[in-house]
Amino acid sequence: MTDTVRLGFLPLVDAALPILAREFGFAEDEGIDLTLIRDMSWATVSDRLLYGHSDAAHLIAPLAIATTLGLGRPATPLSVPFVLGLNGNAVTLRPDLAAQVTTPGAPGDVADIGARLADVVKAADRKLRFAVVHRYSSHNYMLRYWLRGCGIDPDTDVEIVTVAPPFAAQALADGEVDGICVGEPWNSVAVDRGAGVIVAVTSQIWLRGVEKVLAMRTGVMEDNRDRTHRLVRALYRAGEAFVDPARLDTVAGVLARPEYLDGSAARIARAVSDRILFARAHNPLHVPDFMFQHREAANFPWVSQAAWLYAQMCLAGHTPPDDHDYAAAQRVFRPDIYRAALRPLGVALPGASSKLEGGIAEPLAVGTTQGRLILSADQFFDGRSFDPETLSTYLAESTIS
Amino acid sequence: MRIAVVDESAARAAVIEEGLHDAGLTDVTVFADRHGIAARLEALSPDVVLINLANPHRDELEELFALSKAMARPVAMFVDQSDSAGIEAAIDAGVSAYVVDGMKKERIKPVLELAIRRFNAFTRLRVELDEARSALAERETVDAAKRLLMKKRGIDEPAAYALLRKAAMDSGRRIGDVADALVTADRLMGDL
Repeated sequence: MTDTVRLGFLPLVDAALPILAREFGFAEDEGIDLTLIRDMSWATVSDRLLYGHSDAAHLIAPLAIATTLGLGRPATPLSVPFVLGLNGNAVTLRPDLAAQVTTPGAPGDVADIGARLADVVKAADRKLRFAVVHRYSSHNYMLRYWLRGCGIDPDTDVEIVTVAPPFAAQALADGEVDGICVGEPWNSVAVDRGAGVIVAVTSQIWLRGVEKVLAMRTGVMEDNRDRTHRLVRALYRAGEAFVDPARLDTVAGVLARPEYLDGSAARIARAVSDRILFARAHNPLHVPDFMFQHREAANFPWVSQAAWLYAQMCLAGHTPPDDHDYAAAQRVFRPDIYRAALRPLGVALPGASSKLEGGIAEPLAVGTTQGRLILSADQFFDGRSFDPETLSTYLAESTIS
Repeated sequence: MRIAVVDESAARAAVIEEGLHDAGLTDVTVFADRHGIAARLEALSPDVVLINLANPHRDELEELFALSKAMARPVAMFVDQSDSAGIEAAIDAGVSAYVVDGMKKERIKPVLELAIRRFNAFTRLRVELDEARSALAERETVDAAKRLLMKKRGIDEPAAYALLRKAAMDSGRRIGDVADALVTADRLMGDL
């Protein structure tokens, strides 16, 4: 018997795993007819999920938490049994602005770039305006974390607005905004058009930043446990295919098709293989771990990642710190479902569900319930770490120096 | 009740606006352009905002609602949270409504139902228009095929049409398809 799973997504490179799960037959192998529904804004992806028009969604992680907590709309509990990937976003500025803070075409130290940006912000006669893809997006929190860490108050020194991903490059080209923080391929679209220069990639801000997740309504997930497990396994297999260098061109070709990203396969291949073109008329450079879709249990929903996102929501003033909400936010990530689904595949399963984020400097072997797992560096650009046990201390120490 | 309709399709917005007017809801403002919409919406301070579900700028509007005093704590809802049939109808029609907190459900429900009907009406209109367009295109192809037959076979128009119709009946295809095949074949073969 075949179950149908309707899954909503936005045309982004990190929608790769659901697309490959369908196109490479991994969903079919698990008895799932995976139907993909493309939208242009996160609001629509989440509406479809909330109102049962889809069973699952490719979603920005903080939106799953915000929806569960009822920020801006009636609360609906969502769950995340699988992380679709880490990082893969970048900060792209107007070329003239980029030239003031970095060497166009080459990656630099993001702390130095941020310090120079702070000088520009202080000297400017108007507020610089940055676009992020959604209020409750990892892009917003990552950008704010970087700005704050460089002495720029994201609430008063600059303006941060929302532009849906497919329109970010255009907004930069039109001069509506001075910079964008968006996922691929939209930074590269801006670079290829000469509308922007990439000054930082988000993996430089946090090497292991949680990005898109598989989100499901908690009730739908629980009522169809077996189907959920099969979906998770199909996505895991898609992750293996995504990181297989031999399949790079096939992967890029599939993603580029009109019904998915409807874009240039060559440009998509750059993101998939971590080769980033920082500025037009330069050569793409290899940025290790630009997109981190599979290795080192990248798909494992660490509860501490949900906790970090909640902390950033508090710092952004999106919600007041609250113990009950903090616990609810952490419960959105479901390592138990991940483990139950993947146990039969014999893959490495972390023994712990939470960790000190940003605490690993050297490759570290971690405890597992099966298999072997070595985690490599996961640091933040400012050298801080985040202990989910001490939220109030973290918030108190996060003021601008 | 003050209603804002945000839709980049002027034709669809007009269909919705007209429907609301007919129902006695005359305080309707249509926003076809997203530029400057934040300030204009805030100035208008509507009770209900109707948006096309597929509107690509909904993320921006949600940000605006989250910030705006006029739209303090908006609720994205389709009819009633518990009314799943109504929600399904709204999603299928493609209408997304934002209702200012505190608006009574009894008051919003008829507006939404009306909006859903108008969205559906627009979709039907578009389908009919597409059908009319393709019928027109088909007639042009049939005319081209007839001209071709008249020239190549030296026959008159009724004879050419009879020949097309017989070929269609014999092969179980539509006349338009046969005509299309003939025109395509002629283009490919040229003067061979």
